[in-house]
Amino acid sequence: MSKLLDQSVRDELEALASRYPKRAALLLPALHAAQKQSGWLSPEVLDEIAEWIGLHPAVVRQVASFYTMYYLKPVGTHVLRLCTNVSCSLRGADRLIAFCEKRLGIRRGETSLDGKVTLMEEECLGACGTAPALMLGDRYVESLDEAVLEKLFVELGL
Amino acid sequence: MSEETLYIQHFHAGAASLAYYQEKMQGYQAFPKAFAMGQAKVIDEVKVSALRGRGGAGFPTGMKWGFIPQASPKPKVLVCNADESEPGTFKDRELLRYTPHLLIEGMLIGAYAIGARSCYIYVRGEYVAEARILEQALKEAYAAGLLGEKVCGLDFACDITVHRGAGAYICGEETALLNSLEGKRGEPRVKPPFPAQSGAFGCPTIVNNVETLTAVPFIISRGGAWFASLGRIEKSGGTRLISVSGDVKKPGVIEIHAGSMTIRQIIFDACGGILGDRPLKAVIPGGSSAPVLTADEIDVIYDIEPLAKIGTMMGSAALIVVSDAHCMVKLIARITKFYAHESCGQCTPCREGCRWMEDVLERIEHGHGRVQDLGLLTDIADQIQGKTLCALGDAAAGPVMSFVKKFRADFEAHIRGGKCPNAS
Repeated sequence: MSKLLDQSVRDELEALASRYPKRAALLLPALHAAQKQSGWLSPEVLDEIAEWIGLHPAVVRQVASFYTMYYLKPVGTHVLRLCTNVSCSLRGADRLIAFCEKRLGIRRGETSLDGKVTLMEEECLGACGTAPALMLGDRYVESLDEAVLEKLFVELGL
Repeated sequence: MSEETLYIQHFHAGAASLAYYQEKMQGYQAFPKAFAMGQAKVIDEVKVSALRGRGGAGFPTGMKWGFIPQASPKPKVLVCNADESEPGTFKDRELLRYTPHLLIEGMLIGAYAIGARSCYIYVRGEYVAEARILEQALKEAYAAGLLGEKVCGLDFACDITVHRGAGAYICGEETALLNSLEGKRGEPRVKPPFPAQSGAFGCPTIVNNVETLTAVPFIISRGGAWFASLGRIEKSGGTRLISVSGDVKKPGVIEIHAGSMTIRQIIFDACGGILGDRPLKAVIPGGSSAPVLTADEIDVIYDIEPLAKIGTMMGSAALIVVSDAHCMVKLIARITKFYAHESCGQCTPCREGCRWMEDVLERIEHGHGRVQDLGLLTDIADQIQGKTLCALGDAAAGPVMSFVKKFRADFEAHIRGGKCPNAS
């Protein structure tokens, strides 16, 4: 078996194992770790996680596909997830996502041809007091308007 | 508003450290006191405090803790629900990033009271920064002997583990959360058995919201009666963190004594009034699953029972304010799209019904609605409500019913005019 998951990641997860009475509980942490390492979850890495935890590969897919933060297809280097839920909508999120689409030349749900950026429409991020908000990878960017977005795009070289 | 607040003065960078918690908040003095009181007395004190769950249901916390079968030979588990994902809610995020040690001490006391060694904090996947802050705080606490084999040098062992979710609204529902914790799809379980009998990994489990647990050290330090007296309304103790968003001049988290203000006072006195000084159109008082209120229904005391009396709910204490600049049909269509997206798919009425409601609302918003659509919407909502395993179905149905009932003229204008009157 080739190892897609780094040994350091496996060691970290093994250290976590004692905190749970069942090994299956390592699945979400393992999927997070694998995605952090590779940017998305390939079928190969899902199989490897299944074997390592001792779960059927179908169970791993069933779980991975349930949660929106796990990417089962490759995504861009930068993933922008802009919230358009109630509080962000009230503060202009619809206008801003249209602005992003135009500026980036992709529609929501798409990745740019050069693979640099993926734009997603997101549900509530829990940043309603500083709406509209988005997530760029792991980072929140809040109190958005066109100027803040433009600055962000320039920072990312987009 | 010179009344004493418990939390909000600590919402600043720098408050998250152990040193700050110990120096400025009498940190880790409540746990030894609780230990000296004994389990039963701790639960009694929390009962006296009139602390009600801050996650949405408002269930009395002390009573919940009392449901744990102490005689059961199985290990007990305490879970902190930090999956904050009800649209409009962002108070727990403040507690997680600014007062992580307050949460840890609250969990220690809760774990002691119910006899749990294993504790988990289930944090929504998006709160990456907050999870890191928690991990850091846990590390500090372990290093200082405040967690692990002998908590504070006493004969009590406790471990707290951060478990990250991965983007699923439904995991805020406690049994879905437990499945997710176990490494499964976040699908709600059939109840009974309730978590107190059989929860995480089949063990007796208590699931409490972040804010609920952070109230506990205050209750132990200063007494349940004192905490209860902070509430200005019967059966509701302490202060409440309220997430205010939407069309107000000063959105954000505010802290008020339970039952001390009306919605009007919150909007106009605490949050500076409506953005652009426009007329108020509507208020969603308890996160997006709460039935909507019209502008002339806001002289109601903002707490659990007064809101229930007028047919809505306080939920997670998220107040979403809507000015007349917005289209109510578009708003409910967006809310319904969310629930359709987040339905886990187990129960047919919710899985199919939410999507139908979304479709019908979309066509009304875009001017293709039919006169009979309003009856159809209420019919579908009625077929969902009360017919699903968990509350997501109700969360989707309630708002639709209330929007159609209270803003019927807006829907009719769309249908008659063949377009959204607000569309340019």
